[in-house]
Amino acid sequence: MAIFPLRIRDLRYQPNGREVLAGIDLDLGDEGITLILGPNGAGKSVLLRAICGLVQPSSGRMLWGVEQGARPERGVMMVFQKPMMLRASVLHNVALGLKPFGLPRREREARAWAMLERVGLADRAGDSAPRLSGGEQQRLALARAWLTRPRLLLLDEPTASLDPSASAEVERIVREIRTDGTRILMVTHNLGQAMRLGDDIVFMSAGRVCEHTPTQRFFARPQSEAARLFIQGELPWRMRL
Amino acid sequence: MSAFAATFSDALALLADFDHAVLEIVALSLRVSGAAVMLGTLLGLPLGACIAVGRFPGKSTLSVLVNGFMGLPSVVVGVVVYLLLSRSGPFGALGMLYSPAAMVVAQTLLVVPLMAAIARQVVEDVWQRYAEELQLMRFSWWDSVTTLLHDCRHSLLVAVLAGLGRAMSEVGAVMIVGGNIDGATRVMTTAIALETSKGDLALAIALGVVLIVIILALNALAFVLRHWAMRRYG
Repeated sequence: MAIFPLRIRDLRYQPNGREVLAGIDLDLGDEGITLILGPNGAGKSVLLRAICGLVQPSSGRMLWGVEQGARPERGVMMVFQKPMMLRASVLHNVALGLKPFGLPRREREARAWAMLERVGLADRAGDSAPRLSGGEQQRLALARAWLTRPRLLLLDEPTASLDPSASAEVERIVREIRTDGTRILMVTHNLGQAMRLGDDIVFMSAGRVCEHTPTQRFFARPQSEAARLFIQGELPWRMRL
Repeated sequence: MSAFAATFSDALALLADFDHAVLEIVALSLRVSGAAVMLGTLLGLPLGACIAVGRFPGKSTLSVLVNGFMGLPSVVVGVVVYLLLSRSGPFGALGMLYSPAAMVVAQTLLVVPLMAAIARQVVEDVWQRYAEELQLMRFSWWDSVTTLLHDCRHSLLVAVLAGLGRAMSEVGAVMIVGGNIDGATRVMTTAIALETSKGDLALAIALGVVLIVIILALNALAFVLRHWAMRRYG
């Protein structure tokens, strides 16, 4: 079943009466990298979790594909800020992504090995995954997700707390995944990264999408006051619109 | 004090001479408790992990039951197994009563809840961190259980050791279902109880020393393994 276009309509999430998502409307086409920007508490990560089904919205609709159906069984993956690292080798951790596909172990490991070469971790294949640096762990997590050939990949601040060179390597892999045909929706706080990577920007504040525009236009002429203040670093924390 | 020293000296002499009776009792103890712990590992660890990962009605009740059964009185287990294996019991035809197999059954029933309870706690802590990613990767319930058991393998050594300690130090159940028959079902704990009641304290102490040394050695081994694993895998 097709995933795109993904139409999100009036999506709300109100755990214990607190409005975390306050009526999200968003359309996603089938290619490119969309960056989600916004202050802390804007609901960016929760939106990603709602899209992949980890959070059950209180109300609203997500319409997948031209059939406008429910979320497909496969095809949506997410990489977390602190990804899971099993106490096993790097190769085992990457091959893990293919376990539910019922492939023989040798096949899983061969594909994982090829993927490790693409993300520059082949020389660490036999090392313990929890012993990797933060940047290497993110590359491993990206490789694990990429291996499953997702149509939509959700990235929740994958470069938070990484140094510039580790961030650049992650950005290179994200571009490659995009070139490989995967649609990417990524949360970041890094404006420079948003400019480098993003085809378009979704700016969120207080649980709402304030604007969704092409990257160049967003930084040149932000439509909303909140976005303008955010770019200038002057947006008060958890500003209410 | 001199009587104590003399008894202790006799006990050490028995050990130094590799006394045949002592060796026979120690070997049977290791076989029976080893088998019980192996069965406990095969049953208890997956049971604990299933409780940790599973979402089913009665999960809390099952957790409370497993935790409660950690403290099962061994004589009660002995009586229950005795009733099940006695000639008039449902499994009487197997002819297992007063055999090492009956002792293995009794010890397994004692160690399974203990190992399951520890496994549940260990796996549940890791499951809370990994659940979302495993769900996203469409891991089946059973794949999640096996993945988590593998990931927690070094921490689960504690459960295995606790089971071994419980099995090796247990006396009530094996006395009832084994009968403490010389050369057939006499293990260290039942021999210690018998020899003490007969006044042969040297043999009782010799066996006690062996029991303590075995348990300390296994714990030391587990400690070394855990530290090696921590250095290797983090």
